[in-house]
Amino acid sequence: MTAPITTTDTAPAGPAFPKKHYLNDGTTIRSWLLTHDHKRIGVMYLISAIIALFLGGIFAMVLRLELLTPGPTIIEALTYNRMFTLHGLVMIFMFMIPAIPSGFGNFFLPIMLGAKDVAFPKWNLASYYIYLAGSSLMLWGLITGGADTGWTFYAPYSTTTTTNITPVLLGVFIIGFSSILTGLNFIVTIHTLRAPGVTWFKMPLFVWAVYATSIIQVLATPVLGLTTLLVSAEHAFGFGFFDPARGGDPILFQHLFWFYSHPAVYIMVLPAMGVQSEVICAVARKNIFGYKMIAMSSLGIAFVGFFAWGHHLFTSGQSAFDAGAFAAISMLVGVFTAIKVFNWVGTLYKGAIAFTAPFAYICGFLFFLVFGGMTGVALATVSLDVHWQDTYFVVAHFHFIMVGAVIMGFLAALHYWFPKMFGRKYPENWGLLAAGLIVLGFNATFIPQFLLGNAGMPRRYYEYPDRFAALNVASTAGASLLAFGFIIIAIYLAISLKYGEVAGRNPWGSRGYEWDVPSPPPTENFDAVPVFTRGPHEYQDVPEELARVSHAI
Amino acid sequence: MNELMRRLLFLPEQASTFAYDVDHLHYFVIIVTMVSSLGVGMTAIAFFWKYRRRRENQATPFVAPTAVFEVLVISVPLFLFLVWFAIGFRDFVKLSSPPPEAMDVYVQGKQWMWKFSYPEGPNSLGVLHVPANRPVRLLITSRDVIHSVFIPAFRVKMDALPGRYTEIWFTATKTGRYQILCTEYCGAQHSKMWGEVVVLAPEAFDEWIKEQQRGLVSRQDVLADETSQVSQQGSLAQWGKQVAVAQGCLRCHNVDSREPANGPSWVDLYQQPTKLTDGREIIADEAYLTESMMEPTVKVVAGYQPIMPNYQGKLSGAEAAAIVEFIKSLRSDRTVQAMGGEDQ
Repeated sequence: MTAPITTTDTAPAGPAFPKKHYLNDGTTIRSWLLTHDHKRIGVMYLISAIIALFLGGIFAMVLRLELLTPGPTIIEALTYNRMFTLHGLVMIFMFMIPAIPSGFGNFFLPIMLGAKDVAFPKWNLASYYIYLAGSSLMLWGLITGGADTGWTFYAPYSTTTTTNITPVLLGVFIIGFSSILTGLNFIVTIHTLRAPGVTWFKMPLFVWAVYATSIIQVLATPVLGLTTLLVSAEHAFGFGFFDPARGGDPILFQHLFWFYSHPAVYIMVLPAMGVQSEVICAVARKNIFGYKMIAMSSLGIAFVGFFAWGHHLFTSGQSAFDAGAFAAISMLVGVFTAIKVFNWVGTLYKGAIAFTAPFAYICGFLFFLVFGGMTGVALATVSLDVHWQDTYFVVAHFHFIMVGAVIMGFLAALHYWFPKMFGRKYPENWGLLAAGLIVLGFNATFIPQFLLGNAGMPRRYYEYPDRFAALNVASTAGASLLAFGFIIIAIYLAISLKYGEVAGRNPWGSRGYEWDVPSPPPTENFDAVPVFTRGPHEYQDVPEELARVSHAI
Repeated sequence: MNELMRRLLFLPEQASTFAYDVDHLHYFVIIVTMVSSLGVGMTAIAFFWKYRRRRENQATPFVAPTAVFEVLVISVPLFLFLVWFAIGFRDFVKLSSPPPEAMDVYVQGKQWMWKFSYPEGPNSLGVLHVPANRPVRLLITSRDVIHSVFIPAFRVKMDALPGRYTEIWFTATKTGRYQILCTEYCGAQHSKMWGEVVVLAPEAFDEWIKEQQRGLVSRQDVLADETSQVSQQGSLAQWGKQVAVAQGCLRCHNVDSREPANGPSWVDLYQQPTKLTDGREIIADEAYLTESMMEPTVKVVAGYQPIMPNYQGKLSGAEAAAIVEFIKSLRSDRTVQAMGGEDQ
């Protein structure tokens, strides 16, 4: 064990920044806008997603400020209703869904398979522009037309609202195509572009997670597209799909919508779980505990996720039998998630754990996923849901999964892969400080919301009875802490892009395949077709240098 | 124990038989959830402490799960979840099967108020009277978009769907007043769509309903328009004011000042030149005021959002006329006089 992991302590000059890499292979704007390089497209997705995260965060802060007092505080009712619609749509369709799979997935999936690029590089670029076009149309529609339906578009409110909702729905429809194209591209890439040695069960677990995600994207998104078209047709031309006075069915919309939107939760959370599997091995420097169980449970979640949508309709007059069936199926998602959690904790056992920002985020991820996931099982417990349905308990539950788990996963990925993507390190102390603030602020924001739900405060409330005031103040205070944490991250990462310490090829001593290429990677990723002789999560007694991949040809 | 947990979890008071059942399951579920998530978090931290990295180049052994471990991580959560499911489903089936002797009350949601009607005749806006210790079945529907009846103290909730009836039942256990909230987002005033359940002792309830029936019979002599929920007393303008209160008009329209709210103020509105969003200018005469009730989005006053619900079919001709009379009576030089009607 003589080979050093980081050369900073042995080589006084530190690792050199590679001369040629994907970032300086063409520096004109045109070379970015017309690139077919999966890494550049990944970076463009990430930039867009981070902008969306900040936009959505600002809307969230406006909502929290408004809820500081029981009566009107800073905005009026209609503005508030538009604000939570904006917050939901921007966060879900512009940040959550593309951030990890399209951002980090694009960047790392081909490298993790030993490929030069994704299977269809031009489609890949097209799907980014479709995402941009759809997002712009949606945002423009939200700002000028002022849709006030919430991101769920429940008919018949959405079909009769006097606000202009059609451009928003068409925007979502268009973003859907981007999601389908990316999913299809990834599926084909995983099936056809694996390098010699990368068998199915030697794929990194992040790839498995993205694979499961892509299947959901391809199969579920068309239903969302259809549903948004039906709502816009009814709103614009008065078709009677959802209007009982014209033979329509007001509940049909909810079935169609949740048939997509429930699996969509797994589109968001599965990639974060993939990140968790990658990062936990690297920080614990330890083989993953139960590789096959983690890989297969991703597919399990993707599969049963399609049959659980009815748990959103327990109080909509669904039959007791249906409610029971959907509840029982929903429990299985909890079981698959539990399998993953136990295997991640098992990975830490006998490891060599480094206390870094990514580790802080994966601890946060574990706590939030277990608490958020089990409150999800509690919500699926039919009789309990009757009290909680559409209250702040539900809001807190899905924020635990989406902000808790997904954003922890996103931040873990951002910190873990930052040195690989940009060739420089971020300041560890600032990273830990921000991680602490975010985990704390997050708990302070959403634990009071669970209690608000228990107390019976419905969601989407502009004004509320005085008895809910104290918990709302606590939640707003927590949200400020959370916002503060994000601002710190934005500042130090922006500085590190230019002034960070040069990272070198593998600063974490990780065995993930992506750490085998220079940081930042060259445009072609590998000089020659790589041959992988070991798995991506193997840390046992192999010196780092010997664990490097060999190159055929 | 029950009281301690209820307070720790900020649950409202338990005022129905269902509330006790559901809260006990709630305690069980939430304790297991907290213990498991803290357990996982603590184990991660304990492992971190025990197995923290000691050398830069530390190697680790290869550890894989045993078959026993795999079976355990699947079966333990599955067993636990199935126990929750079994209890929760049993209670839910009970909640969706009203006993045959239950008393019926029809509930109708509309933007943004609740109307309760009793088969015996009386109906009321916003306030639901029920007897304690007798099962009550709510038959719920909506006149416009989806709403949801939520009574936190009873732990019950059911959506109000247009064109359909849904049902839910409860047996209230304590007399008192409990809030009703709307939990399905329904537009600008969603967060103000509140009502109240008044639980009366059974004898008091019987007395109340008899009283209501007497009132109803005597009222029918006076009431020209049988669809109105508000009996006509005093002048047409005074009746119009009562109708406007009952229909929720005054949540968005001020009548005591010229300050705009969600909608334009009614004070001095009559015969006033009014600018519309499309640039036209009209005079707010009787025809315009009536049209604005029946088709509110056709002529929207400049500076306001087209958010007013449609009152076509919800207001009778006589009621609409009464509201117009009420608006006509609201002159800033005479406001105090018109508002004096409140004392009656």
